[in-house]
Amino acid sequence: MSYETVVGLEVHSELKTNTKIFCGCPTTFGGEQNTHVCPVCLGLPGVLPVINEKVVEFAIKAGLALNCKINKFSKFDRKNYYYPDLPKNFQTSQFDLPIAEHGYLDIEVNGQTKRIRITRIHMEEDAGKLVHSGTTINDSSSACVDYNRTGVPLIEIVSEPDLSGPEEARVYMEKIKSILEYIDVSHCKMEEGNLRADVNVSLRKTGTTKLGTKAEMKNLNSFKMIESALAYEIERQTEILDDGGHIVQETRTWDEAKGMTVSMRTKEEANDYRYLPEPDLVPIITSDEQIEAIRAGLPELPDARKKRLMADCGLSEYDAAIITTTRQMAEYFDVAIAQKADAKLVANWMMGDLAKNLNGEGKSISESPVTAERLAELVNLISKGTISSKIAKTVFEEMWKTGDAPEKIVKEKGLVQITDTKEIEGIVDSVIAANPKPVEDYKAGNAKSIGFLVGQIMKQSKGKANPAMVNDLLKAKLD
Amino acid sequence: MKITRKDVENVALLSRLEIPEAEVETYTGQLNAFLEYADVLTSLDTKGVEPTAHVLPLKNVFRADEVKPSLDRELALSNAPEQENGYFKVPKIMEG
Ligand SMILES: [Zn+2]
Repeated sequence: MSYETVVGLEVHSELKTNTKIFCGCPTTFGGEQNTHVCPVCLGLPGVLPVINEKVVEFAIKAGLALNCKINKFSKFDRKNYYYPDLPKNFQTSQFDLPIAEHGYLDIEVNGQTKRIRITRIHMEEDAGKLVHSGTTINDSSSACVDYNRTGVPLIEIVSEPDLSGPEEARVYMEKIKSILEYIDVSHCKMEEGNLRADVNVSLRKTGTTKLGTKAEMKNLNSFKMIESALAYEIERQTEILDDGGHIVQETRTWDEAKGMTVSMRTKEEANDYRYLPEPDLVPIITSDEQIEAIRAGLPELPDARKKRLMADCGLSEYDAAIITTTRQMAEYFDVAIAQKADAKLVANWMMGDLAKNLNGEGKSISESPVTAERLAELVNLISKGTISSKIAKTVFEEMWKTGDAPEKIVKEKGLVQITDTKEIEGIVDSVIAANPKPVEDYKAGNAKSIGFLVGQIMKQSKGKANPAMVNDLLKAKLD
Repeated sequence: MKITRKDVENVALLSRLEIPEAEVETYTGQLNAFLEYADVLTSLDTKGVEPTAHVLPLKNVFRADEVKPSLDRELALSNAPEQENGYFKVPKIMEG
């Protein structure tokens, strides 16, 4: 039987505020357990939560960047459930009037653009962290709770079930991450749990429209995990359906070590959140002026930026997509081309030697010892013919080590390209004299031999001879 | 009767309330009385009346994003029935 996969994502992103959503405790990651807590985030009786204004601003920013309609009247609700990472026994979240709704995000898969609808974005508080005493969550006799993360602000971005497989889900998640980084509302460090997804997946017979029963996989916090967990789950559900079985609607967790999803049965019997309006928080009313002011403050987003780089700088779609993956990279590129450096060359260097060196040392582009201004200087030296692209690689390595200006390196190391005809002619003559066999071969019609001779000339000039001039002079002498 | 014994038992479970067997009947009756009263309210014509999101005439109460001192950990843990290494200790979570 053939099936279609139907996937929807609920992406949770912690916001990069200084303090928690309803209290003044810090949001810093990695503090000692239970040191970033107060009566409000511990849910002690009689406290009064007050919303952090930055959270609302960041949520609206995300809503606008994801093409949502901002609800000018928004409120909080209590989502009731019992779990020890939730000290109040309810999570303060948003139910019927979330801050943003009805958005979309265009993703690129196999050269095709696909629009993924975004149902809603709501604000809520994160839960605490459980440390289990056993080897797995299922065999622990007790658990330890750290409430430092409790109350850290989150936005939850809920998509419609418009994704049709592991790859689309990964690309969608990558793009969400990229946008949240561009608008600077989240650290997006997936390894720290800043950004994670609950993935809903179901299968239906190809050609039918009725959704099948879904399974939900919680807290996937890497792109690879999303892809692997989905691939596994699709296989599992296919097997069950092929055998005539039924999918059980349930929450499953991804077991990285075993490479499989496993059922997560909790003691909670009925999944009834009994939402009720939060009486301790008053409604949030946003005016058109406030929304437009936030919209005006948005940076140029990846899609617009990509189009600009293609139209104004002549980059290919592929190059433009890579350069705009992160805002840091896009800004590095912009700074470089503002120095009148050739755009295509800058892109090549960024994706080539620069990327290789950054990856090798695990650095982000903002930590690069070669600044955008310096890379532009290097590219300009190539464009002017001062150095060859080959020598530029040596210069770049030196720049990476010392952070020095390329001009200084070229001067000190005597790397200036030889463009003096007389000087090159001398080298050409001596190479011809020293290699009678290849010269004869060439004259006898073996065109390949000229490559060997060029190589010898470049070697003798220590890579400094202008390659175009070498070619011309050599041909003039042999033909 | 809208609310049954089973509903009362389920709500009690969700709320972690232990209700003596003898009182289940009492609560079933009381909860039904509440719902009957709510029915009286729903008979009112509320066309054109905005839903009430909050009983107070307030809106937009915000806090600046400024760090305030947190609690001393010892104090934070002082009411915990059990603790371990600065953590709150709780019973087993998952079904075995
Ligand atoms: Zn707090």
